[in-house]
Amino acid sequence: MAVLVGTHTRLICQGITGSAGAFHTRNCIAYGTNVVGGVTPGKGGTRFNDQVPVFDTVSAAIRATNANATMIFVPPPFAADAIMEAADAGIELIVCITEGIPVLDMVRAKTYIEGLRAQGQSLRLVGPNCPGVITPGACKIGIMPGHIHKPGHVGVVSRSGTLTYEAVGQLTALGLGQSTCIGIGGDPVKGTDFIDCLQLFADDPDTHAVIMIGEIGGSAEEAAAEWAKANFTKPIIGFIAGLTAPPGRRMGHAGAIISGGTGTGQSKIAAFEAAGIRVAPTPGDLASTLLQVYTPG
Amino acid sequence: MKIHEYQAKDLMRQYGVAVPDGYPAFTVAEAMEAAHKLPGPIRVVKAQIHAGGRGLGGGVKVCKTLETVEQHATAILGMMLKTHQTGPGGQLVRRLYIEGGADIARELYLSLLLDRDCGKLVVMASTEGGMAIEDVAHATPEKIFKEWIDPKVGLQPFQCRKLGFGLGLNAKSTTSFTKLLTSLYRLYTDLDCSLLEINPLIVTGSGDVMALDGKITFDDNGLFRHPQLEALRDFAEEDPAEVEAGKFDLSYVHLDGNVGCLVNGAGLAMATMDILQHFGSEPANFLDVGGGATAEKVTAAFKIILSDDRVQAIFINIFGGIMKCDTIAEGVITAAREVGLNLPLVVRLEGTNVELGRQMLAESGLPIETALDMKDGAQKAVAAANRYAAQAR
Repeated sequence: MAVLVGTHTRLICQGITGSAGAFHTRNCIAYGTNVVGGVTPGKGGTRFNDQVPVFDTVSAAIRATNANATMIFVPPPFAADAIMEAADAGIELIVCITEGIPVLDMVRAKTYIEGLRAQGQSLRLVGPNCPGVITPGACKIGIMPGHIHKPGHVGVVSRSGTLTYEAVGQLTALGLGQSTCIGIGGDPVKGTDFIDCLQLFADDPDTHAVIMIGEIGGSAEEAAAEWAKANFTKPIIGFIAGLTAPPGRRMGHAGAIISGGTGTGQSKIAAFEAAGIRVAPTPGDLASTLLQVYTPG
Repeated sequence: MKIHEYQAKDLMRQYGVAVPDGYPAFTVAEAMEAAHKLPGPIRVVKAQIHAGGRGLGGGVKVCKTLETVEQHATAILGMMLKTHQTGPGGQLVRRLYIEGGADIARELYLSLLLDRDCGKLVVMASTEGGMAIEDVAHATPEKIFKEWIDPKVGLQPFQCRKLGFGLGLNAKSTTSFTKLLTSLYRLYTDLDCSLLEINPLIVTGSGDVMALDGKITFDDNGLFRHPQLEALRDFAEEDPAEVEAGKFDLSYVHLDGNVGCLVNGAGLAMATMDILQHFGSEPANFLDVGGGATAEKVTAAFKIILSDDRVQAIFINIFGGIMKCDTIAEGVITAAREVGLNLPLVVRLEGTNVELGRQMLAESGLPIETALDMKDGAQKAVAAANRYAAQAR
């Protein structure tokens, strides 16, 4: 069953004719994802790869294909608009890969989405600035390398793309498959956070254990630790990147910054430990640390 | 992107925010010219660097005569100003701001920034002007007032009034505060700021509200919309290696250790720094080459890492993902040859064609040590740096 994406997913790609959108759409199709269409304004009526129909608007794409998920590769100046277009068209899952969206654009887009959700629309944004979501063997939305994954029962949620691959690589090497891996993204304003994912994993019978990978900046890890202590009963371990990062400096990700003394790695590790979440001592110990608290069935 | 106080105040003036009169100065002569243009008798000489805490570090001096302006301008210009936000060596003062004195009845604190927890902008105001807001938040959180802004409607006057009266301002000052805050919000959203902080915000003897200091940081992701702001960037305040890295679209932060790192992905790059420290070394830098570790990018990255003479070993940690490891290995070999690399180099590659990639590195004839995984690579890099340091002694 897994979470968010699976064999039921009917995917479109916004920005399918751009170089990144085209490259990764091909990879998703090769992985077995059901890509039913693409959107590039002005290229409606053409076909991508001689196969996938392209539409001018998300609404038109949904009418024709009954798509229920979108993957966004639209460049930063237009990406928030693309997110809102997808939300307005009634799509259920928006995965935004684009990095570099202005924060104020995301503030508006997030408010817009929350407004639609408050009216009862079923809608979720993952990202932006994320690798995407994959349910191994069933559906890959995003830029992660499909071949390192293996179907199974460990859920992975992370703010970092390559650290997710690191975790997945270690799990697969030990024979541990994954239920779903969710990259929530490295931006300060994003659609889905740790608690949302832990709730999904808690409700998913296919997920038996979880690896949660955070980094410096903000307080989402602290909030997730507190939530998990009260609500999450499956085996879970954590990791925090950026213990050696100096305060006040942005470490690659727009959201990875210690400001005003908050968002330090030390505070996040302390929160994990206070919630009984074991923390991997190094990024090379993610899977082995999970095995200390989880015995695969 | 950070800018200087005088540039921030210039923008505030353009948006109708009340600030004292003042002029920037790059020389003592310009400082005196500026001082003569101000009515006096009080004038303030302020060091312009991209770091806070300037007053405590001796970079801000209130002067009662033109002679003292000259004296302090001479002393401050060219000094290494040390504050809690500069490195231990301090920051060279290259610019001054000469400002007219203000009639201060009360000092307050005001800022506009993103609240990451809810994804909305928040106004923070406090009665404790002149103090670091983190300290106020810690010691007396009840003295901080907050108003969150709904992006659908923007900052509303009633929110400004709530804050103004909350701070204990009278009706006249609250009106002045409302005008100032409304202008600041317009500035923040027009120019894609990421932080706007006024500490202190003052109430004058006649009840007007005025920005005595001004700090503005811009959202780097929004700069494409504001090409005019590029002129405000002061490269002298930035690390030259970081400026160079920016030209190649590399994300680089200079640190103090001796093991250079070259990694793909921000999270893995941070984790690589951490694992080096775990095994007993300190990272010399954060460096994310992004998705494509091409020969051109790796060459540029090598040159930047090597420009730091404290570096005694380099650790390349790449999780290839969709990129093939043989392509990455080729890039590393080409780059190492081009820069004539003579430091120990440890390479950890993961992804497709990993065996081929490792074989290419081993057969390159270059002093490259390959690692099986991240832990192995970190341990080898630490050992290599230690050996290199021992030989150098």
